[in-house]
Amino acid sequence: MLTLFYILSAITLGTAFLTIFSKNPIHSAIYLVLCFFSIAGHYLMFNAQFLAIVHIIVYSGAIMILMLFTIMLMNLNKEGEKSKNAWSQIAAVISFCLLALVLLATFIKAQQPEYNYATKGADFQSIKVLGQVLLNDYMVPFEFASVLLLVSMIGAVLLSKKEHINN
Amino acid sequence: MDTNLALLLLLAPLAGFLLNIFIGKKLSGNVSGILGSVAVAVSFAVTLKFFLQVNGGGEPINVNLFKWMTLANFDVNFAFQLDQLSLLWLMFVTGIGTLIHIYSISYMHGDENIHKYFGYLNLFVFFMITLVMGSNLLIMFIGWEGVGLCSYLLIGFWYKNHDFNDAAKKAFIMNRIGDLGFLIGIFIIGYLFHSVDYIDIKNAITSGNLDIDMTWLGIATLCLFIGACGKSAQIPLYTWLPDAMAGPTPVSALIHAATMVTAGIFMITRLNFLFDLTPDVQNIIAIVGAFTSLIAASIGLAQNDIKKVLAYSTVSQLGLMFLALGLGAYHVAVFHVITHAFFKACLFLGSGSVIHAMHGEQDMRYMGGLRKVMGVTFITFLISTLAISGLPPFSGFFSKDEILMTAFHHNKVLWVVGSIASIMTAFYMFRLLYLTFYKDFRGTEEQKKHLHESPSLITFPLIVLAILALVGGAISLPGHSWLNEYLSPILTNHIEHHELGTTAYMLMGIAIIGALIGIGIAYFKYIKQGFVPGKDEEITGFSKVLYNKFYVDEIYTAIIVKPIYALGAFFKNVTEVAFSGFIFGLGRLANALSTQGKVIQNGSIGFYLLVFVLGICSIIAYIFLK
Amino acid sequence: MENILEQIGIDNYIYLSTLLFCVGAFGVLYRRNAIVMFMSIEIMLNAVNLLLVAFSTYHQDAAGQVFVFFSMAVAAAEVAVGLAILVAVYRNIKNIDIDNLKKLKG
Repeated sequence: MLTLFYILSAITLGTAFLTIFSKNPIHSAIYLVLCFFSIAGHYLMFNAQFLAIVHIIVYSGAIMILMLFTIMLMNLNKEGEKSKNAWSQIAAVISFCLLALVLLATFIKAQQPEYNYATKGADFQSIKVLGQVLLNDYMVPFEFASVLLLVSMIGAVLLSKKEHINN
Repeated sequence: MDTNLALLLLLAPLAGFLLNIFIGKKLSGNVSGILGSVAVAVSFAVTLKFFLQVNGGGEPINVNLFKWMTLANFDVNFAFQLDQLSLLWLMFVTGIGTLIHIYSISYMHGDENIHKYFGYLNLFVFFMITLVMGSNLLIMFIGWEGVGLCSYLLIGFWYKNHDFNDAAKKAFIMNRIGDLGFLIGIFIIGYLFHSVDYIDIKNAITSGNLDIDMTWLGIATLCLFIGACGKSAQIPLYTWLPDAMAGPTPVSALIHAATMVTAGIFMITRLNFLFDLTPDVQNIIAIVGAFTSLIAASIGLAQNDIKKVLAYSTVSQLGLMFLALGLGAYHVAVFHVITHAFFKACLFLGSGSVIHAMHGEQDMRYMGGLRKVMGVTFITFLISTLAISGLPPFSGFFSKDEILMTAFHHNKVLWVVGSIASIMTAFYMFRLLYLTFYKDFRGTEEQKKHLHESPSLITFPLIVLAILALVGGAISLPGHSWLNEYLSPILTNHIEHHELGTTAYMLMGIAIIGALIGIGIAYFKYIKQGFVPGKDEEITGFSKVLYNKFYVDEIYTAIIVKPIYALGAFFKNVTEVAFSGFIFGLGRLANALSTQGKVIQNGSIGFYLLVFVLGICSIIAYIFLK
Repeated sequence: MENILEQIGIDNYIYLSTLLFCVGAFGVLYRRNAIVMFMSIEIMLNAVNLLLVAFSTYHQDAAGQVFVFFSMAVAAAEVAVGLAILVAVYRNIKNIDIDNLKKLKG
C-alpha cells in the first residue's frame, strides 16, 4: 500500500508541475486531468468510492471539459504566451519555496498525530451512509448548494452574453 | 362631580384652543371669537360655582388625577387644588378673560389670523388656570412656562413686523432667566422637603419640628423670587414688559396687565409660609418692589406712547404689590392685584379703543380732544384713571392706601418711596388723560374724519370693568375686610389689623393730597399751559433720560449683550479657525499619505497575488512558528 | 474494516497536500495565462479536499467527505462564473493575459 501511495503521489505532484510548466494550455489541461485521476486514486485508497466517482465526474468530466471548451473558444491552443520577466519568475519561485517551508515547518512543529488509528468498524463512508448524512444532517446546506449552482449558472449565462463592456 | 367640573374648568379653554387652531381657519372670524369667548365663559361659570361653594364655608376642593412621577422618597402627583387663593385668582383670570375675549371679537375683527389669535388666547387661559390650580410647584411650573409661551406667541402675533418679533424674543429670553431661577428654587425645595406639594410643605413647616438648613431655604426663596421678578417684571428683569406692548392691545390688557404678570405675586402668596421663614429675602423683595415702583413711575412720566405709559404704570403698580409682599402683607398685595386687574384692564382696553379709533396711532402727541367723540371710552377711562391715581372712593385708593399704610408701619423710607411713586402715578395718568381726551385734536384731517366711538362689543367690557374699578374696593374696606377673612386659611401669619385711628386717617389724607398734587401739576401743565411734548429730538435734560428709560436697555446691551457677542466672535474667529485648521490639517495629511500610498497600487494582479502569498506566509509564521 | 492510515500514516498525506497546495500557489504566481491560473487554483482546492478526506478517515467520520462535496459544488460554480468572466474579458481585449488587466491601478 505504501508503494502505491508513493506512486500515486509522484503522479499527482508531477502532473501538477507539468500543468504549470506546459506552454500550451491544452497540455496543461490534459496534465491536470491526469492529476485529478491520481487524486481520485487516493480517494479510492481511502475506500471512498462514491467520492472518487463524483470527483472524476465533476472535475475531470465537467470542469475540465469546460476549461477545454474555453481554451478552444479563445483559440489559445498555441504556445504564444510570453513568459513573465525574469524578476517575477524568481519572485514566484522564492515565494513558492517560502510558502512550502512555512507550511511544512508548521506541520512538523505541530503536535505529532496519534498513530494508533481508531478503527470503529462502523461503516461511515458507503454511499448509503453518506446519502443519509447528506440529506439528514446537512439538508439545508445541500439545498443551498443547489441554489448556488443555479445562481452561478444564471451568472455565467448573463456574463457570456454577446455584449461588449466597452461600447 | 367636583372632579369633572374642575376638569371642565381646566379643559374648556384647551378645547377652545384646539378647535380654533385646527378648524378655526375654516370658520369665519366671528365664529372663532365666539368659540373662544364661550370656552372661557364656561370656565368662568364653573369657577363662580366653586367660588360660591368655598366662600359659603365649603371645603377646598382637591383633585388628584394620577401619580405623575415617582422617585426615591419623592412623589409628584398630577393634582389640582381649588382653595380660597386659587379660586380668587381664577375668578378674575376667567372673568376678565371672558370680557377681553368679547372685546377682542370686535377689536381683532378682520385680522387674517384671528383664529390663531383666539387659539393662543384660549391656550393662555388654559395655562394660567393650570398655573393657578396646580397643587404643587411642578404643575405651577407647567403653567408658568405655558403662559410664557403664549405671551411670546401673542407679543409676536403680528410676526411680519421685525420689531414685534424682537420684542417677543426679548420677553421670552428675559422670562427664561427668571424661569431658571424658579426651577432652581423648585429643585432646592424638593431637596429640602422631599416634596413639592404645597400642603406637604406647609404641614412640614407648621408641624414645628422643622429640620432644614435655613441658608438653603433662603437661597430657594431667593431663586423663587428671581422667577417672580422675571414673570412680574421687577428690577432687573422688567425691561421686557414695555416692549411687550407690541402685541395686540387686548393681549396687553389680559396678559401684561391683569393676569400673567401677577403670577409672581400669586406664587409668593401661595408659598407665604416659606417666605415668612426667610426675613432677609422678604426685605430684598420689599426693597426691589419699592424701587421698581419708583423707577418705572419716573420713566412713565416722560413716555409719549399711550401703551408705554400704561406699561410702565403696570410695572410700577407691580412694584407696589411686591413691596406689600416683602412686608409680609400678602392679603394687601392680593387686594391690589385684584383692583389693579380691574382698572388696568379697563385702561388698556380703553387705550385699545382709542387706538382703534385712531387707526393704529399710539402716540399721544397726535391725539387730543377725543372726549367729544368717544364719550363712553372717556368716562370709563376717567374712572379707571381716578382709581389708579388713588382717589376715594375708587378701588385703587383702598388697596394702595393699605400698601402705603403697611409700609409706614414697617419702614418709613419705603413708605416715602411708595408715596412718591403714587404721586408720580397720579401725574402721568392725568397727563395721559389730558393729552388724549382734552384740548383739540392734533392728528391729521384724515384721522379726524374717521374718529368714532367704538362698537358696543368694545364698550361693554369697558363699562363692566369701570364699574368694578369703581366699587372693587368694597371687598376690603378698612375696618371691615371680607378679603382678609376669606384669605385667612391660606396665610399662616396672622393678618395685622391697623386700627382706624389718627395715623390711618392722616396717612389717607397724605395719600389723597399727594394724588391731588400730582393731578394738579398735570392739570396746570397740560390744560392751563396747553403743553404738548415736543418731537423726539427736542426733548432735553432729565426728561430725555426719562424718555429713554434711564438707558437701561442700552446698559444691558453694553454689559451683557456686547460681551456675549464678543465671546461669540471670539469663538467664531479664533476657536473655530483653530479647530478647522486642525481638522483640515488632518485631511491634508491623509491626502498626502494616500498620494504616496497609491504608488504601491500599481494595478498588476500578479504583484498583488505575490504580496498576498507573502502576507499569508508571514501570518502563518507569526501564528504558528513564533 | 481496517484503516488504510495504519499502513501509510496521516503525516504523509499532510506533506503531500502541503506540497500540492504550494504547487498550486506557485502556478498562480508563475503563469500569466488566466486559464492556467484557474487550473492552479483547482489544484489548490484539490489539495485541501485530499486532506479533508484523509482526516475524515483518520477520525472515521463522514463529515469531512460531506464537506468535500460542498467544496466541489462551490468549485464548479466558481469555474463556471470565472470562465464566463474570462470569456467576457477575452471578447474585449482579445487575450487573457493578466498583465493586460491593469484597471485596478489606483
